[in-house]
Amino acid sequence: MAEHKNITLNMGPQHPATHGVLRVELELEGETVVKARPVIGYLHTGIEKTMESKLYYKALPATDRMDYLAPMSNNLGYCLAVEKLMEIEVPEKVKWARACLAELTRINSHLVWLGTHVLDLGALSPVLYTFREREMILDIYEACGGQRMMTSYIRIGGLSHDLPVDFDKKVRHIIDVLPEKILEYETLLTENQIFINRTKNVAVISAEDAVNWSLSGPMLRGSGVKHDIRKANPYSGYENFDFEIPVGENGDAYDRYKVRLEEMRQSLRIARQALDGMPEGPYRAHVPGVVLPPKEDVLHKMESMIFHFKIITEGFKAPCGAVYQAIEAPKGELGFYIAGDGTNHPRRVRVRPPSFVNIACLPALCEGGLVADVVCAIGSVDIVLGEVDR
Amino acid sequence: MKDILKAIGRAVFKTPLGFLVTLKYIFKKPVTLDYPRKKKPMAPRYRGKHYLERYDDGTERCVCCGLCAAACPADAIYMEPEENENGERRAKIYEINLLRCIFCGFCEEACPEEAIFLGQEYEFSNYDRNSFIYTKDEMLVPHPRKDNPFKRIIRRVRRVYGVEDTK
Ligand code: SF4
Ligand code: SF4
Repeated sequence: MAEHKNITLNMGPQHPATHGVLRVELELEGETVVKARPVIGYLHTGIEKTMESKLYYKALPATDRMDYLAPMSNNLGYCLAVEKLMEIEVPEKVKWARACLAELTRINSHLVWLGTHVLDLGALSPVLYTFREREMILDIYEACGGQRMMTSYIRIGGLSHDLPVDFDKKVRHIIDVLPEKILEYETLLTENQIFINRTKNVAVISAEDAVNWSLSGPMLRGSGVKHDIRKANPYSGYENFDFEIPVGENGDAYDRYKVRLEEMRQSLRIARQALDGMPEGPYRAHVPGVVLPPKEDVLHKMESMIFHFKIITEGFKAPCGAVYQAIEAPKGELGFYIAGDGTNHPRRVRVRPPSFVNIACLPALCEGGLVADVVCAIGSVDIVLGEVDR
Repeated sequence: MKDILKAIGRAVFKTPLGFLVTLKYIFKKPVTLDYPRKKKPMAPRYRGKHYLERYDDGTERCVCCGLCAAACPADAIYMEPEENENGERRAKIYEINLLRCIFCGFCEEACPEEAIFLGQEYEFSNYDRNSFIYTKDEMLVPHPRKDNPFKRIIRRVRRVYGVEDTK
């Protein structure tokens, strides 16, 4: 009788279903995965170090490039952290606008996730539909900040421009149209026997394990743990909104799918509330010497002009001390730890990226399963390698 | 057993519903554009290729103050000053390396003279890397302008002040 040997299989880093340059070392016994080891670092760009070498306001565009599917969430996390460090209070309108944009970003990220995840599982149409809907959100980004992906729209102390005039109309259009489309995705997938076979009881993680792996976001909630930073530790005015936290039961890929779909609906709900309640006011805080004065003032007022020159050339000095600010990004808890040392650039910036922490539990999801389900496991974690490697 | 029956029920009755959705779209107009024959109009704030503005009499607005270079997170701007015939300061060399540039728009925001703007153009592929270093001559808007200068100024003011037409 021939001797059985385990096969070591390299999946990635150029595998189309690993969502970027993730490499997974698999040890297989027949078709069963005995061991899985995610290997990361192929997209390391040194973003944290880059941010440390820049002035506070100049480090902002780097955050866009971490989780490029949710740029506004990254901007928001960074800006909130710096505002906490500098003790800046932003105007009410900015808070509501930021919350609205962050929720649109969540929808944006989940749409891409849905499309690509089910594409990996063999469903070809949803990706076309989700990208079509995502286009509407990208149009809003473009109208706000001028760029479709690397928005840099949320700035320290406010926003880069005022909200565009037809912002309200455009977002309301999305709020009206999207529920139907989500229903369409549900028709395509939720009761689809093939999809159920591929995802039910696949990549299961129990609630206890999920907490022990310090998972966050839909990964955690899919396992039935009701934790959401927007509720537990509200920031940027989230305490004003009324919304549910969807949770799953079994912690499998199917539950995570359901949680994310429901989250999109809740995001629409929050966005609607944010639009309805958005107060009038300035789009930037008035903190001379720290927050850039509005451009129209710069052109007409001497004082603003001087501050403008000062901030642009030498930035602002942050006090000594460290802050940690976490937000509920689409993929989970996105935290920024920033240590200031009295100079005009941060001493240390550390990002707690949700994808990085979530992908660490890949062995727990894959081991004991079939090799074909590894794709499903990776997809259901929802990673962006730009954020994993930073 | 019950599960299997359920699964069969789903496979027979529910799964084909998805085909109705896809079928529906066969009869709808495609949402895609016939690029590059047709192009999407970009938003007024779109951050595309840079251009340098002029005053109405044709002198350059840029005074080579260097604020845009100071604001640039990618260190993509290089400049050297000189004086023009009237003894006013202007840029002798003004270069932007578009390969470094990340199109963040900080230069536009920083400029106190309203000289540099990010335009609407996004197609600038080329054959060699050197041609991506844009010089002042390539970026300055032509004088006299081909388009209606009045309209252009209004557009620029709108960009700066954040007001836009609703169209
Ligand atoms: S473009 Fe504006 S900011 Fe840059 S050097 Fe010229 S005047 Fe100064
Ligand atoms: S757009 Fe940004 S990166 Fe590009 S030249 Fe201007 S400031 Fe520099």
